[in-house]
Amino acid sequence: MYNINQLINRCEELAFDLDYNCAKEWKNEDPSRVLVGYMPIYFPREIVHAAGGMTVGIFGGGDRKQIIKGDAYYQSYICHIPRSIIDMALDKHYDSFDGFIFPSICDVLRNLSGIFRQKGFGKFVKYMDFPQNFLPEVGGVYYQDEMRHVLHYIKEINGVEVTIEKLNRSIELYNRNRRLIALIYDIRQKYPWRLSMKDWYHILRAGTVIPVEEHNEILQQIADYIRDEVGKPQDKIKVVLSGAFCEQPSVGLIRSIEDAGCYIVDDDLQLGSRMIIGDIDATTDSPLAAIANAYISQSQYSSSIYDVENPKEYRLAKIVEDRGADGVIFASASFCDPSLLDAPIFQNAFDKMGIRYIAFQFSENINQFKVIKEQVGAFSDSIKLWEDEPVPVE
Amino acid sequence: MAKEVIKERSMILQKEMIEGLFNDLEKAHETGKKVCYTFVPGNLSELIRTFDMLPVYPEINALQSAMRKKSAAYIKEAERHAHSEDVCTYVKCDVGMLMKGNIGPTGQKLPPPDILLLSYTGCFTFMKWFETLKREYPNATVVMIHTPYQESGTMTPEMINYMVKQMNEEVIPKMEQVSGVKYDEEKLKSILEHSKEAEDWITKIFDTTKHKPSPIDAYFAGVYYIGPINIGFRGTPEAVEYYKELYNEIQERIRLGLGPVTPEGEMHEEKYRLVVEGPPNWTSFREFWKIFYDMGAVIVASSYTKVGGVYDLGWRHDPEKPLQSLAEYCMNCYTNLNIPQRIDLLTKCITEYQADGYVTNSIKSCNSFSAGQLAMMREIEDRLDIPVGFIESDLVDPRYFSYSNIKNRLESYFQMLAQRKMMEAQEA
Ligand code: SF4
Ligand code: SF4
Repeated sequence: MYNINQLINRCEELAFDLDYNCAKEWKNEDPSRVLVGYMPIYFPREIVHAAGGMTVGIFGGGDRKQIIKGDAYYQSYICHIPRSIIDMALDKHYDSFDGFIFPSICDVLRNLSGIFRQKGFGKFVKYMDFPQNFLPEVGGVYYQDEMRHVLHYIKEINGVEVTIEKLNRSIELYNRNRRLIALIYDIRQKYPWRLSMKDWYHILRAGTVIPVEEHNEILQQIADYIRDEVGKPQDKIKVVLSGAFCEQPSVGLIRSIEDAGCYIVDDDLQLGSRMIIGDIDATTDSPLAAIANAYISQSQYSSSIYDVENPKEYRLAKIVEDRGADGVIFASASFCDPSLLDAPIFQNAFDKMGIRYIAFQFSENINQFKVIKEQVGAFSDSIKLWEDEPVPVE
Repeated sequence: MAKEVIKERSMILQKEMIEGLFNDLEKAHETGKKVCYTFVPGNLSELIRTFDMLPVYPEINALQSAMRKKSAAYIKEAERHAHSEDVCTYVKCDVGMLMKGNIGPTGQKLPPPDILLLSYTGCFTFMKWFETLKREYPNATVVMIHTPYQESGTMTPEMINYMVKQMNEEVIPKMEQVSGVKYDEEKLKSILEHSKEAEDWITKIFDTTKHKPSPIDAYFAGVYYIGPINIGFRGTPEAVEYYKELYNEIQERIRLGLGPVTPEGEMHEEKYRLVVEGPPNWTSFREFWKIFYDMGAVIVASSYTKVGGVYDLGWRHDPEKPLQSLAEYCMNCYTNLNIPQRIDLLTKCITEYQADGYVTNSIKSCNSFSAGQLAMMREIEDRLDIPVGFIESDLVDPRYFSYSNIKNRLESYFQMLAQRKMMEAQEA
């Protein structure tokens, strides 16, 4: 058993172990085990777990991998994450991975799936086309077909037949994971000083590269620890960080936001781990349908989900209200289409609603944040000094 | 080169079709015709026609605005309203045009949409674009049809079922509701007969580049040829007539041994045959084209002319399976093909049309095309040992068209091609 500091340090190591040693060790223990890498944002990890596999989140090399080969694959006007992902693939970081999942989030990742196919990385490459039709009998059924497709690939590797019981058990494990994550967010919302965003980010991200059972234990320990008062409240505003759901800002940038006078009380940095709000029914005879229906009716808003029936600006405004946040920081990866194309929708709506925000762009490999820190500092000061009203939500 | 270009009958037919559409759109309010905004890739124009609606294609408006030098102001307007500098300029051009009164490329005001039909095919930006438009036109009915990506290089029965179900459950009922017209499958089938025929003709037309000299430029002139089939006329007798006429004109050129027609008349000497990947630049379209024809370079095939449908591999609309064939059509559009499929298709073009080189025009703001182009280029170079060229520009943002950069790059590329040709001649 680790003490809290050791636990947090271990999560930091795991989160940025670009050789994925923990996952590889797990795989080596049993020849029937498979490793499936998945890119942002969301993938129903339950199904791989039920098939005797482990999913491994691939979030790029951040500011910890010098890109040499990857730049030859991408023009300067394309975001940074695909070049770090391909660089790592070429440098054999994913060597014991059996397959790769590219969720449908944007054309850059979509086309990267084709490059992985072309290069023959892994035993399978699956671009997972999440439904944009939200009728259970239409989009839901299609989504189940997509999941079966993944299970078929895994079965071809390890011969494991997935049963209803196994799927339900895996769903329950991930339900617990989501519950604990939600609990920690709730505690942090009220007492953000008890666990810094930097530490929380490491803990969350570590969960994408280790077995879910182990992550659940870690989360439980963290939740127990921050239930009691630790640390001291500081005079900071509360903000929601939005728009960095794929390429991740470096941890230094997250720390800079906190240092510049903000508590980040909600964010979409590791959105995939909390895409489904609430539990997925783990008691049915059709667990794939349960996962599909949860995606259709219980998903968090996201730039990769068509939203005309459920506009995202109101959903983000509701998060701001529920979290008691003072404002929003829009942080988009440079050249990130989904995030940047959503920006005018959010910002024009927030101007009308009176929700305060700032916006900037970042790149995963940049770790100079003087300008951003100043911008965030000014934002925080302006709210602290001049405003004392509740945030109105239409 | 001859300076005067005589308009051929096909050009007149095309002009009549397009003018007719914009006139109908201008009068839509009076005539009570319902207006459907939709996209070129995966366009369900036969279905729109079945419901007697009029189509509006925002990408076409954007590119036409660029050719008429209006896009810069529209883009600036959108950027003033929080649109990023770094996203698809078609979207910004369209949004800016809307903000400035929605005056279409012909100078006529475009009617607002009764229905926003999002055929979500091959490009993520389409989804964002219509999310934006929905907020501008809150009264429009929105309907989305999600086209699954050909990620494994095939169209599976599950993918087809998904699309057909969407048509039956969502698209058709909403179109019936908006248009007040009952869905008539027989009518759709008869429209699809024309589509099939038009597709046969356009395939034959693009196949004429096998001849030496090539009688047409499959990129710079090709973008005009795909006009009718891409903007709502596929499925009409007029389109069939246009393509037949065009084919006959091209046959005549072949008989006379003539090369392509350019804005400055006939191209006399075909020095280089190229295959081009990526859309053209529209803001300086003529200058861009001129760099090629001045050097005696003719484009014998291009991926861009396949965005509205890939017909060269034999696929056709099938009136006997109307909805299934609409589904297959959508999934078969160029940007809905995976990267290995795109590489194979371009390889086939290079080989069959005996191209000397392969050029990528990488569009700054179009990830659907551009992300992966460098890997494609490398693979094609390795596979075919062919000289590859790479230039960068943008679709409709004039700030990203640098004439001198592009010209310099292409000149060096043509020098390389010339050297290669010389060496090959010596070896022979
Ligand atoms: S950062 Fe944005 S554009 Fe880049 S791969 Fe991720 S979602 Fe796509
Ligand atoms: S991103 Fe490319 S394919 Fe998509 S709308 Fe823009 S220009 Fe067209």
